[in-house]
Amino acid sequence: MEQDNIISNAETSSTAPSAKTIIDVKGLYKGFGNVPVLSNLSLQLFENENLVVLGKSGSGKSVLIKCMVRLLTANSGSIHIFGKNVNELDDGELAELRVKIGFLFQSGALYDSMTIRENLEFPLIRIKKHLSRKEIDQKIEEALENVGLSDTMNKMPSQLSGGMRKRASLARTIVVDPMIMLYDEPTTGLDPVTSDEISTLINNVQKKYNTSSIIITHDIECARTTADRVIMLNKGEVYLEGTIEEFEQSTDELIQSFFKIRPPQ
Amino acid sequence: MKDIGPIRQRIAKLPSVKNQAIKLSENAIKKTQKANRFFLEIGEFNLFLWLTVKASFSRHFEFKEFLRQCFLVGNKTVPLITLTGLVIGLVLTIQSRPILVDFGAVSKLPGMVALSIVREMGPVVTALICCGKIGSGMGAELGSMKVTEQIDAMEVSSTNPIRFLVVPRVLAATLMIPILVLYADALGILGSWAGSNIKGDVTFVLFFTQAFSAIGFSDFFPAVIKTFFFGAAIGFVGCYKGFTAGRGTESVGKAANQSVVLASVFVILIDLIAVQITDMLY
Ligand SMILES: Nc1ncnc2c1ncn2[C@@H]1O[C@H](COP(=O)(O)OP(=O)(O)O)[C@@H](O)[C@H]1O
Ligand SMILES: [Mg+2]
Repeated sequence: MEQDNIISNAETSSTAPSAKTIIDVKGLYKGFGNVPVLSNLSLQLFENENLVVLGKSGSGKSVLIKCMVRLLTANSGSIHIFGKNVNELDDGELAELRVKIGFLFQSGALYDSMTIRENLEFPLIRIKKHLSRKEIDQKIEEALENVGLSDTMNKMPSQLSGGMRKRASLARTIVVDPMIMLYDEPTTGLDPVTSDEISTLINNVQKKYNTSSIIITHDIECARTTADRVIMLNKGEVYLEGTIEEFEQSTDELIQSFFKIRPPQ
Repeated sequence: MKDIGPIRQRIAKLPSVKNQAIKLSENAIKKTQKANRFFLEIGEFNLFLWLTVKASFSRHFEFKEFLRQCFLVGNKTVPLITLTGLVIGLVLTIQSRPILVDFGAVSKLPGMVALSIVREMGPVVTALICCGKIGSGMGAELGSMKVTEQIDAMEVSSTNPIRFLVVPRVLAATLMIPILVLYADALGILGSWAGSNIKGDVTFVLFFTQAFSAIGFSDFFPAVIKTFFFGAAIGFVGCYKGFTAGRGTESVGKAANQSVVLASVFVILIDLIAVQITDMLY
């Protein structure tokens, strides 16, 4: 089976948040036209932790992480990553920062005119310019092996299933050794089995590459598997912050409604 | 005492006046919003143009992507242009022949047809076909890349998507469309020869000698120059519309459609300007 290749030191991660802050969001406001999407949002990501951000669809989760890599510009408030204010970086510094951040798009965003191999090569040859042909091949093979997709190297994205595409695009993000991973709904639209595979993969990536990650999801199972800490967004603000256990024991109606969707097995 | 009747009546009318005023101002706001959007779009267009120009002078040129695009531009349009070129020459010849016969000027036929093909028909018809094939293709392709976040993905992997996607496409269109126009011209003249052989009998060599002797430098040169601008406009408009596609899948179709419309308008405007300039110079 494909899963056999997936690195298999999978257990629920339990790294305690260390003190070092990687991402520090303060008083973030972002609106489109007159409609506010995020208002006065503050959160922190610590080194080596998996932070799960929960929220209904349309609550601005994608907008939040897009602001972090400046695909969108916040209207006010600040985002500091590695101590630097993202909105004040010049083009060179921004490119430098983006190299350190892996972004897994909600839709996967594989380049559909390229094979899987070319998809992985694309960021690699542009970001790590010093690599030799052989090293590039090696890195691509390794990344694909990590997500269990070695045999699809020469296929086009359209030939893969939804879960395989998600994994391929995860391989494309990890191939350049990011220090921060931003996952935008990694398990949405996948069946429970494939979702579990992806969640496990997220944990493995975090262990193997020592990344700090923000995982955006509304899939409770995925949150259970991956979360060190959970933040719930509602109406553009942080509604509640805590561990997954605290969320599960919460009597709050909104949070309850989230956890009712798929009861624990 | 003054009669206050009329004033009272006027006051009674006031609410409706107020409503009308509100309606009017709402209308005005809507109109200004439309105007604003229009100017915003012009600003966006110019910004995109500036970014593209800037990116095309950057040191990293995506040569492989450029070649691929050149191939695609040619590959997509050659069959259609072959057919259209031949038919235009044929039809022009068949339709003009009776009039020239009336004037006893059939010997002028090759020159006349060749001239109208090289100066106007070839460039404009080819360009309009390319608006439909290339412009819409680029609009749809880049639009779907935008909607599926592929352009964002490029941007976060520290690649300037304008440099990788737009510059090679615009340059490929700029280079390939003049070549396609020359090809269409040649086929048009060939078609014309075929057309004149339906009724009359002209040898290939004679026909072509007559055709080419009618075409001077001042006919040929401006016609070729303007095709470069056609190409640039088609490539650029397609990319621009694709890049600025909205969110959601329906905007892909919109982007493709608007590319064709806007590119065609540009082609016709450029043609108009080119005629004026040629007129002044020669
Ligand atoms: N580029 C954009 N332009 C206009 N509105 C946007 C844009 N991106 C997101 N929005 C709006 O912001 C809101 C939050 O979107 P998003 O962050 O994608 O939600 P989700 O939490 O499901 O990821 C939605 O109402 C969406 O319509
Ligand atoms: Mg989203």
